[in-house]
Amino acid sequence: MSTLETIKEQIESNAILLYMKGTPRFPQCGFSSRASEALMSCNERFAFVNILENPDIRAELPKYANWPTFPQLWVNGELVGGCDIICDMAASGELQTLVSEAAKSEEGDNAEG
Amino acid sequence: MSVEDQIQTLLNEGLNLVHMELENESHMHGGNRLDTHFKLVAVSDDFQGKRLIQRHQTIFGLLSDLMQNPIHALSMHLYTQAEWAEKSGLVPASPKCMGGSKQDK
Repeated sequence: MSTLETIKEQIESNAILLYMKGTPRFPQCGFSSRASEALMSCNERFAFVNILENPDIRAELPKYANWPTFPQLWVNGELVGGCDIICDMAASGELQTLVSEAAKSEEGDNAEG
Repeated sequence: MSVEDQIQTLLNEGLNLVHMELENESHMHGGNRLDTHFKLVAVSDDFQGKRLIQRHQTIFGLLSDLMQNPIHALSMHLYTQAEWAEKSGLVPASPKCMGGSKQDK
């Protein structure tokens, strides 16, 4: 599978997906740390990809996403944004709504499948 | 021209800005490269009706030649004039580095 196919597959099969530097438990960048904390506080399961361990994804995703930096949050196949947007949305309550609804729709999909 | 000047020039050319604050936060991050991390506050009615992601992509688009090299991180707080008035100029602080930049080439 090409890197681009891998990225598309990840984005398609994970309703809530965070591309970050490090992991939620051991983030390696302040921006990724903040983003994963905001996402964890929504109390829904989410997938993540550590781009420091996936240099191909790190190189390819910015072009595909039209977004040059990390972290990147993808929900239901769409780019939501990076750390600033995630934190703004967390503060306004929008993130919780978005993530809860995405988690619900994913459960529904799995039940049908 | 310094990276700061380049950023300011590109944004002023591309947007009708009523207010801009640009801070070089590279000192908060690893290594000796001094033009890697910036924080931008920009106020423009060009952001009217645009979602946050579209506003950020507008800026990334204007600065595309500088992104990745030398800029690694650009924290953005982008407002319309009305939103800015409502915030009374209060902007979130940027996070501290946690070492990830040191792994960059």
